[in-house]
Amino acid sequence: MHKHSIAELAAGLRGKKFSSRELTQHFLKRIDAHDGALNSYVTITAERALKQADAADAELAAGNAGLLTGIPIGQKDIFCTQGVRTACGSKMLDTFIAPYDATIVEKLDAAGMVMLGKLNMDEFAMGSSNETSFYGPVCNPWDKTRVPGGSSGGSVACVAAGLAPVATATDTGGSIRQPAALTNLTGIKPTYGRVSRYGMIAFASSLDQAGVVARSAEDAAHVLQAMSGFDAKDSTSVERPVDDLVTGLNTSIRGLTIGLPKEYFADGMSAGVRERIEQAIATLTKLGANFKEISLPNSPLSVPTYYVVAPAEASSNLARFDGVRYGHRAEGAKSLEELYKRSRGEGFGAEVQRRIMIGTYVLSHGYYDAYYLQAQKVRRLIYDDFKRAFADGIDLVLSPTATDVAFKFGHNSDDPVAMYLNDIYTIAANLAGIPAMSLPCGFVDGLPTGFQLMGNFFAEARMLNVAHQYQQATDFHTKWPTEYAS
Amino acid sequence: MSLSPEQIRQVAQLARLQLNPEQVEPYARQLSNILEMVDRLSSVDTANVSPMAHPLDMVQRLRPDTISETDRRDDYQAIAPETQDGLYLVPKVIE
Repeated sequence: MHKHSIAELAAGLRGKKFSSRELTQHFLKRIDAHDGALNSYVTITAERALKQADAADAELAAGNAGLLTGIPIGQKDIFCTQGVRTACGSKMLDTFIAPYDATIVEKLDAAGMVMLGKLNMDEFAMGSSNETSFYGPVCNPWDKTRVPGGSSGGSVACVAAGLAPVATATDTGGSIRQPAALTNLTGIKPTYGRVSRYGMIAFASSLDQAGVVARSAEDAAHVLQAMSGFDAKDSTSVERPVDDLVTGLNTSIRGLTIGLPKEYFADGMSAGVRERIEQAIATLTKLGANFKEISLPNSPLSVPTYYVVAPAEASSNLARFDGVRYGHRAEGAKSLEELYKRSRGEGFGAEVQRRIMIGTYVLSHGYYDAYYLQAQKVRRLIYDDFKRAFADGIDLVLSPTATDVAFKFGHNSDDPVAMYLNDIYTIAANLAGIPAMSLPCGFVDGLPTGFQLMGNFFAEARMLNVAHQYQQATDFHTKWPTEYAS
Repeated sequence: MSLSPEQIRQVAQLARLQLNPEQVEPYARQLSNILEMVDRLSSVDTANVSPMAHPLDMVQRLRPDTISETDRRDDYQAIAPETQDGLYLVPKVIE
């Protein structure tokens, strides 16, 4: 059952081949059998899941079910879930039982989906390897000596190993797309403002966006459809109807113009990745897409811009963790200042502390203009590059997602800058606010690779259409890591 | 741009982070490396560029000033480390 697509699972539920309770139990059993080694879940909510499954079975019997009714899902542990611990990969929130649901949790519950549990992640979503989690690293199901990518490492590992059919994830600089590429999954970060951020623990508010990791573009489209939409509780939510992401999946892509930014194809990616990407371009050409070299001249500035903007916003967002209202509190502090300092010194791990300090520094008096304001200006230049490309008739932009296949644990652990360079291809989409996705394009020495599609604002339907057409012509996304296939 | 251990201690104080003495030197080295990477921005000509705080051209939505939430003080205090009589407790601030 764990190898079925969402449409197949929905058909199986309707055809009474299995109930939602049986389906849920199947996944809970697989989690029990496999997750000890993978560490993708930090909290398993079996009782809540079975209750939801029974409710879904009742809806199915009554004929009131939607397509997602009764289908299990894993939730990244960055989304608040009422009555369930929401730890965000941090000791700071190790005891935090959220008093309310994130909007996307509400929406997916309302769609009838069954939450299996909460998924491991880099602490406060800061990392590219899932090694910064307070709950320990997540292993890549394709090779357990390698990282699954990050920050949504738990989300991708559980879906890649068949411990959930699909999972939610978030992406501030590539945290959906890079891990999807390293685990043979399809991951989509929609346009900024398309999915509500209410109840999603904030990292960098002008960059954060929620999305999905799935085993196909079609599965991703179904779940993203249910997550999207205006939410009055999020002040940056976009008041605009949600496009139909599913009906257009089968549209031909003949005549589509895809831009290949020459800056993204300069040195940087491994020879193996380059070969797979070139093959993907050839496949899309056969399907009728036209390719054109374009230039996004400011894209090499994405990583430095991001490492000013994101830490600045993080230092401000994470100021709320003070040991007073919720979260970790140091024992025996004698003064309020000591309480703040020790609670935060004990509660945050090293990567979070580094980013808080960088953010504090670039926002501090005397450095604000040189760093923060300058980064905001360069951000505009990066954004303008994309605007120009789309105005010149480019429908989508194609690039690598990651420079190489998954790396080994500990590879970059003492060198933050080397770790940050993992995200050179993904960060620009967050800075510009445009939608982007990664999809599988083959293997290098048995390890998965992916390529990235970026679109204009609200081009999710077109992107998913191209991804689906590509997946009709290829079978990379159907491959499983041997250990988890049966 | 490189940061000295003394500057790290100052920034940590501003951010209300208690560091162990042995953390200071590695942080100084790592943060200096990050700032060195970021310094590339200083050479970009941004003379006529307006700063971009946010990807969407939008104005702050306003709503009528009416009560829309129910009182859930007890729920919120249930997850607090220390409360008394509906108040959050902190170490003594005024002698």
